[in-house]
Amino acid sequence: MSRWMRLGLPVAAVVLALVFSGVVATLVLLFTGDDVVGFWRVLFTWPSERDLVDIINMTAILYLSGAAAAIGFRMNLFNIGVEGQYRLAGLFAGAFAAQGLLPGKLNVAAAILVAMAVGALWAGIAGVLRVWRGVSEVISTIMLNAIAGSLIGFLLVKWGESTGNARNTKMMPEDSWTGFFRLFPDVSDGAYHLSLLAPLVGIAFFILVYYTRFGFDLRAAGASESAAVSSGVSVKKMIVVSMLLSGAVAGLIGVPMMFSEAHQYGSAFQTGLGFTGIAVALLGRNHPMGIAFGALIFAFLGQQANLLNILAGVSPDIVNMTQGIIVLSVVIAFEVIRRLATRIEQRQVATQLDAERQGDTALKGASA
Amino acid sequence: MRTFAKMAAVVMVGALALTGCGKTSSEKDNNASGSSSVDVCKGSKGEPKVGVAYDVGGRGDQSFNDSAYRGLEKAVKDLGASCIEAKATTSDNDSIREQRLQTLADQGFNPVIAVGFLYSPAAAKVAKANPNTNFAVIDGYSTTIATDAKNLSDLVFAENEGSYLVGVAAALTSKSKHVGFIGGTHGDLIKKFEAGYVAGVKSIDPKIKIDIQYLTEDPSDAATGFENPAGGKQAATAMYQGGADVVYHAAGKSGLGLFEAAVAAGEGKWAIGVDSDQYLTAAKDQQPHILTSMLKRIDTAVFEFVTAFKEGKVQSGFVNYDLKVDGVGYSTSGGFVDPIKAQIDAAADKIKSGEVKVPEKP
Repeated sequence: MSRWMRLGLPVAAVVLALVFSGVVATLVLLFTGDDVVGFWRVLFTWPSERDLVDIINMTAILYLSGAAAAIGFRMNLFNIGVEGQYRLAGLFAGAFAAQGLLPGKLNVAAAILVAMAVGALWAGIAGVLRVWRGVSEVISTIMLNAIAGSLIGFLLVKWGESTGNARNTKMMPEDSWTGFFRLFPDVSDGAYHLSLLAPLVGIAFFILVYYTRFGFDLRAAGASESAAVSSGVSVKKMIVVSMLLSGAVAGLIGVPMMFSEAHQYGSAFQTGLGFTGIAVALLGRNHPMGIAFGALIFAFLGQQANLLNILAGVSPDIVNMTQGIIVLSVVIAFEVIRRLATRIEQRQVATQLDAERQGDTALKGASA
Repeated sequence: MRTFAKMAAVVMVGALALTGCGKTSSEKDNNASGSSSVDVCKGSKGEPKVGVAYDVGGRGDQSFNDSAYRGLEKAVKDLGASCIEAKATTSDNDSIREQRLQTLADQGFNPVIAVGFLYSPAAAKVAKANPNTNFAVIDGYSTTIATDAKNLSDLVFAENEGSYLVGVAAALTSKSKHVGFIGGTHGDLIKKFEAGYVAGVKSIDPKIKIDIQYLTEDPSDAATGFENPAGGKQAATAMYQGGADVVYHAAGKSGLGLFEAAVAAGEGKWAIGVDSDQYLTAAKDQQPHILTSMLKRIDTAVFEFVTAFKEGKVQSGFVNYDLKVDGVGYSTSGGFVDPIKAQIDAAADKIKSGEVKVPEKP
């Protein structure tokens, strides 16, 4: 297949899926009697500077979540537990940073390591259960999510502090707060300093998957377990290691916002990002670049949900639904395109073979 | 095949997460049309322009958020105010809450009322950035963050005092000497309801057995705590089967499941509502089981805040709604508490006079 086709087809698939989602959303809005014109007007209005900042931050956070899910997906592991992993990691990182054991930014770095370790351990439980007892990681990670939630509640009640009606960890010392990269002079907030973790993870993910022995084994084992085994890959080791990696990245999800905004773990800590990450990974086809694109779309739509609600009277549920339709359509569009590409390739090979055969017969005829 | 099954599971989980439990949202709409079929904000014109940002559960929960809505409704009817409403989702973060309040302010809405303490950090930030707009947070602690903001108020309630009164009612009504309490999330706010209720029950008879259950121990899981009628029903059914005959809930929309459980448990089993007078919005077959409701007059707070704004007399900082100012109380709809009204009112008088101090923590 030509290079042009290889690049063009996925882009076409995504565009097609987006257009299709738009049509479905419009139909649903017509059906529910909502303000369709208002919906599209708000959606196509260039976001304000303040909103752009929020979209950038959310993209970084969702990228981390998508990457965490994608690492598992690459190994055919469905780590549904990103949700529990990053929340528990956030709690421990927040509690650790609040102790102020280390000075200034060193404390932040250590807290990030704590977050990664906690995320990795919590995911590792599911990995070990899988290789040791054959427990499906889908089930165990869902269970671990529930356990993480209750554990967080228990720990906060036991050791947390109350601020008004909210319950949280102690505020971290001020020299451990991270600030913002100011993007616009008129907006007091900017991109979180630690949102840089997202591109770092992206680059590391890319190198790991495409330029290392481990990445090759990962892709091989993900594509065909038996083939990987016969070529000497230890699948058990791969499962545990990719679960640990997935969990370690998951641990980072809550970190950028916590260190720049709340400076403590508590009721302000955003939940649900782990599930959104699964959708982002699906949307991004588990590819480091694709995930960035998926994260951007989800961050944009999430940010517009408020505006759509207030300015056009459209319920946030409709926006959620649109996000769901986009994921489904992208998955379907890629499948359609993949089959199309296979058929084109087959035809090309067939014509090539035909041409060769004819050439052969022509040659034979000439010699005869 | 195995991969396919897993893929299907992932898609299902993803779909659930994305739709944020579509079932509740359709229920929400049904209830909204049931309880308040007319949307007062649609087409309302006039001053002041009130912006309201709801908490999780939204309008139609027949409890917490709806109580705020009634205040808004009254402001539109009595003061000629106009309004707009904004919904919350369970995956909000502080930036999104900030954006919600900021957008309301940008659209010229003033005052802006945020329903639920989760808005406190966001309101503190937005109030500083918009000194000419007045903000209020129901149950909030925003003024402890932005201590010098003149345009910021926290409207807080003595839920423990109101809960004490329904605790008295529960103790006087219970024949089995066994009552129950169902809370949403196990946080400080809901513990205040529990503490008051338990104190009220014990003030009548310290030997009464009290079952206490929270729907979730996860403080961030508002969906399981407050948007979960099935979970409420399950918890209540277990309590009734275990011998409790009066159950009080502080679980928002999840409490709707309690009423269903009371009906299923049959004659002589009582439920106590919360925040709003839930007798009024309950189904016909549920009404005979709703003993009373603990009233948290968010409607009064919202209405008074808008009135004060109109008259230019907004009080910044904490505004307390306790029993003395009728900020909390109990409902008498249905007439089931009429025989014991004298005793409940006597308990109320003792709280008002300061003779009885109701604990805030269990």
